[in-house]
Amino acid sequence: MNTSAAKSINTTCPYCGVGCGIEAMVDEVTREVKILGDNAHPANFGRLCSKGSALGETTELKGRLLEPMVYGHKASWPEALQLVADAFKAAINNYGPDAVAIYGSGQLLTEDYYVANKLMKGFIGSGNMDTNSRLCMSSSVAGHKRAFGSDTVPGCYGDYELADLMVLIGSNTAWCHPVSFQRIRAAKEANPKLKIVVIDPRKTVTCDIADLHLPIASGSDAVLFNGLLYYLASRPELNQTYINAHSEGYVEALKTAAISSSDLFQVAERCRIKADDILTFYDWFAGTEKVMSLYSQGINQSASGTDKVDAIINCHLATGRIGKPGMGPFSLTGQPNAMGGREVGGLSHQLAAHMDFSNRDDILRVARFWNSNNIAQKPGLSAVELFDAIYDGTIKAVWIMGTNPVVSLPNADKVKLALQRCEFVVVSDCIAQTDTTEHGHVLLPAQGWSEKEGTVTNSERCISRQRALFSPAGNAKPDWWILSQVAQRMGFGAAFNYQSPVDIFREHAALSGYENDQVHGLRDFDISALADISVPAYQMLQPIQWPVNKAYPNGRARMFDDGQYFTVSGKAQFIAVEPQLPINLPNAEYPLVLNTGRLRDQWHTMTRTAIAAKLNQHKPEPFVEIHPDDAELYGMQANSLALLESSWGNMLARVLVTDSQKPGNVFVPMHWTNQFANRGRMGALVNPVYDPISKQPESKHTPVRIKPYAALWYGFLLSRHELTMAGIEYCVKVKGEHFYRYELAGESLPANWQDWLLASLGHTSTSQKQCLEYSDVSKGNYRAAFLAEDKLEVVLFISAHFNLPERNWLTGLFAEQSIGLAERLALLTGMPPLGVEDTGAVVCACFNVGEKTILSAIKENGLKTHQEVGQYLKAGTNCGSCIPEIKAML
Amino acid sequence: MKKRLVVIGNGMAGMRTVEEILLIAPEKYEITVFGAEPYGNYNRIMLSAVLSGEKAIEDIIINDRQWYQDNGITLYAGQDKAVVTIDRDKQSVSTIDGTQVDYDALLIATGSKPLILPIPGHQLDGVISFRDIVDVNKMLAYSQSHNKAVVLGGGLLGLEAANGLVLRGMEVTVLHNGETLLNRQLDQQAATLLQQALESRGLKFKMGANTESLIDDGNGHVSAVRFADGSQLDCDLFVMAIGIKPNITLAQAAGLGCERGIVVNDGLQTNDPNIYSVGECIQHRGATFGLVAPLFDQAKVCANHLGGEGDAEFISLPTATKLKVTGINVFSVGDFVGDEGSEQIVFTDSYSGIYKKLVIKDNTIMGAVLYGDTRDGGWYQGLLEKQQDISLIRDHLIFGNAYVAQVEVAA
Repeated sequence: MNTSAAKSINTTCPYCGVGCGIEAMVDEVTREVKILGDNAHPANFGRLCSKGSALGETTELKGRLLEPMVYGHKASWPEALQLVADAFKAAINNYGPDAVAIYGSGQLLTEDYYVANKLMKGFIGSGNMDTNSRLCMSSSVAGHKRAFGSDTVPGCYGDYELADLMVLIGSNTAWCHPVSFQRIRAAKEANPKLKIVVIDPRKTVTCDIADLHLPIASGSDAVLFNGLLYYLASRPELNQTYINAHSEGYVEALKTAAISSSDLFQVAERCRIKADDILTFYDWFAGTEKVMSLYSQGINQSASGTDKVDAIINCHLATGRIGKPGMGPFSLTGQPNAMGGREVGGLSHQLAAHMDFSNRDDILRVARFWNSNNIAQKPGLSAVELFDAIYDGTIKAVWIMGTNPVVSLPNADKVKLALQRCEFVVVSDCIAQTDTTEHGHVLLPAQGWSEKEGTVTNSERCISRQRALFSPAGNAKPDWWILSQVAQRMGFGAAFNYQSPVDIFREHAALSGYENDQVHGLRDFDISALADISVPAYQMLQPIQWPVNKAYPNGRARMFDDGQYFTVSGKAQFIAVEPQLPINLPNAEYPLVLNTGRLRDQWHTMTRTAIAAKLNQHKPEPFVEIHPDDAELYGMQANSLALLESSWGNMLARVLVTDSQKPGNVFVPMHWTNQFANRGRMGALVNPVYDPISKQPESKHTPVRIKPYAALWYGFLLSRHELTMAGIEYCVKVKGEHFYRYELAGESLPANWQDWLLASLGHTSTSQKQCLEYSDVSKGNYRAAFLAEDKLEVVLFISAHFNLPERNWLTGLFAEQSIGLAERLALLTGMPPLGVEDTGAVVCACFNVGEKTILSAIKENGLKTHQEVGQYLKAGTNCGSCIPEIKAML
Repeated sequence: MKKRLVVIGNGMAGMRTVEEILLIAPEKYEITVFGAEPYGNYNRIMLSAVLSGEKAIEDIIINDRQWYQDNGITLYAGQDKAVVTIDRDKQSVSTIDGTQVDYDALLIATGSKPLILPIPGHQLDGVISFRDIVDVNKMLAYSQSHNKAVVLGGGLLGLEAANGLVLRGMEVTVLHNGETLLNRQLDQQAATLLQQALESRGLKFKMGANTESLIDDGNGHVSAVRFADGSQLDCDLFVMAIGIKPNITLAQAAGLGCERGIVVNDGLQTNDPNIYSVGECIQHRGATFGLVAPLFDQAKVCANHLGGEGDAEFISLPTATKLKVTGINVFSVGDFVGDEGSEQIVFTDSYSGIYKKLVIKDNTIMGAVLYGDTRDGGWYQGLLEKQQDISLIRDHLIFGNAYVAQVEVAA
């Protein structure tokens, strides 16, 4: 990149809820961008993780949806928009407003979200606007709402550096919120008093910084926190003054907690951990004033997630440790704009601006503000219900924006069927081919992260600008524009006459302050001070934590520091929590508990992260983690393939035997889709049960069984060019630097591997190629390599056994301009020639440093710390998320 | 007093036996050697290199006359020193020129004779075999004055002769009655690669050739080859390289037990206890020999009996083949065709011109063919001879000893 031609643009990262600020050095001409952390952004102060650092590699146009598509054909915008408007109108006219739905995403910007929500709830007149935030945040929303009367995150990231005890619950922070993890790690290094407790059935890399790890039985969190409440009641740290002055329901909550958790040994038994460890945790919690409880999907994705959130909040209310520096419950949100979506009312039970359908006055208020006589009167369907209604045919037309429900929803095979049955499916996305766009009748090209203008809100209520780096690609349009155009074509023109995002932001800000006062009732979300923001000021808007109003013109770091809550009484509510077991329990047929979650280097359904080759190397393939005892019990060998089955579906995954799993539990990553792994969608397995209050699915707990996948052959194919692999039972595509890697296995053997290979490559003969071949037919071994002009083109390894050579040395050869004789002769061994080092599996994605390189550097140079390793190899010195792995090697 | 050892044949097998005896029993014998060729002992295997010009005759001499002198060996070399009779009763031998020497022990190492196809015209001038320095000198002379050569026989010797003649500037056609070259040493894939490589060096081939006769130019010199199908091919030089047969004339005349070769036991002893025999002239357990490796083994065993403990036994091992054409490496050993119960591991690199095949049975190597990269031939041969179980290294086996070692280090 010609840096002199580059301009610097500050924006925000589109991945997790940390919401890091980015400084992008942009070259408009070459469409290249260099990504740096924004030193001034309060979320990250210049830090970035591996995913954020690789954003510059995801802006390519290959694979982008760049033109509207109507029934598989390219169409003009007017044609596509009119069709959507007509189809929605027809469905509404024939079946009523509840026959249509919008399913949005925490990836949408606040302005986009606002328009979608306004269209559905304000003008179509149905509550059927839900979002994928339902899958990750709605238990927190409901828990907040019950306890505080509002969906408010009390604290801020600044508390990380002030706390003396941090309890990480159901959160693999190291991988899922890497920059928060870096800050916590740094805080611990700076503050020797700071203790970290990790509560998670899995021993994740987050445990690397834990002083105490409580690997509780999956789903037993509420028992543990009820026990903590009961314990606190007997301790001097119980803040009776705060309880009396600022809360209600304590006695009832304590009484209920005592039923499940008055006996420490009972708690230990139900959580399946040692009583001593529980007591240590309780003692630390009680004895530490500045305590933060950070929780994430392990709490939220549960059929009793709302209760679990409140069980945690109860403990902070009982000690009055909320709203003050260095303490409080803190929900780590999953998505970059999960919070923004909540602010506009993106969940189906919400209305707008932290108002919802439960309050008749709110409905009338919003109707007045929007000047609508057709506003929805009741909550719409939540995600799982919504797709069930599509399946049942009660919803006739659906518009999916920026999300991939065929992968991410529970019982995902049913979701796929639902979309196949649905009369009219519109998908807005920036990517052309996803598991969901495959079912769209109309595909609308949305702008991607690097083209969009608007705002997002991160976990700490901080509103940041996302700014366009490039002019829009092809015919891609902003989501707010697409929505407004459809709204106008449906006859709602006057209410959707937006010219730019700032118009929408001002309206959103105005609504947040509309009748938000003592007279009409106070609401937490109020950014009315920004309602008249000028275009330049919006353009220059610096990160700011809401509320932003007359009282707090520069934002507010902590809420509830005054003990004032947004309930009718103004007091916080203790919630009496009766711990519930997960709905579907393991049984003889499905004896194992399936847990799901994120990986370090992928985001959601990989539509963008998988474009960056280096992000695909850390964990290239869907895998299942299983405890050694279970592996033995079920005959699962490391590196073999497993067939996982639940009552709802099945998937194939590579077996990873590890004692980081508890016996009886298995874990699979959530990311793989049909685009990358034909049998790797975990959503197909997950039980479609959800929390009755938050409607959030129980994605962390599904009974499954596991058995060896009966493959006749295993193999991998490396190719310089992308291939279309068809008719293979197991096929995973991994994009790398200069190559595509296909992990393969099958139940039927082709007659001849050479013919099969040529057919896969679309060739008719090997005559033009430099060809190497190896075969040991009776052992089922076949290997081949093709070169062209001394450059490696194709490598194939096939074996009857799953233990194939490591791929790293071979994949590295694709970067070579020519293959030397020694390498050529070694190709089909899969091992580097003598004297050439195999770098091993990638550990540091930022600098592409392999395991074997690190191990030998440690050995040869006597390195003692991860800092020394960093000095030597740079590994771990950028995003730092591989430091736990490096430390494990030391 | 020293015993008298007489050696008939100054070739590689005989002289290696003498060297071995000198090593273990330098004082035991007074040694006399008879050789029909007028040189010291030379490395017959290297004649191809002399023909191709890569070596001079001096370079391939193993033991010059001074060596015989230094070791107290009496050497009778030259055509008139060819031994014509063995008198087993008197225990003496005599030559054409009447030289007579008595022996206590006699070693017959008379080697082999080239096979001559007895077609019309085979006695014409310009029709030769490829066996000794005289033949090489004749070919070199023809290459100076003539252009067209035909070599009969696509075996090792024929190909080496043809390659040498091409390098000496002649236009050479190889006639082969089979469909693939070196059909006793290579499988079809390797033979095809070999033929392509030799063709790229300028050799021409006529496969499936049925040679009917050689045509006289009118002056008693060959001028063309005629084939059974009536076609003809002009030639100035016709080299017969269709094989060898043990040279047993002398032994037969002496009444020693002979079949195809001089029959010896595992100690290389003939049916006359005072007479031993080594080399291409012998027949051991039904086998005759044409390659150098077993000859050296015989020499060692024979020396053990003549000069040492007398407890060694000659075991005929599968013999590896090598073609001495610079830049073309082929190797084969054992049964590389295989049978019903055998398995194959095959590696090819079309660009580098490498082909390797191992035939495996019951987790041991049965045979191997290597083309292009023959570095591991000896290793495979060793594994074959030891019948070593290869199941643990099978996946790396074809990539060679170095890789197997690397894997073992890594593991």
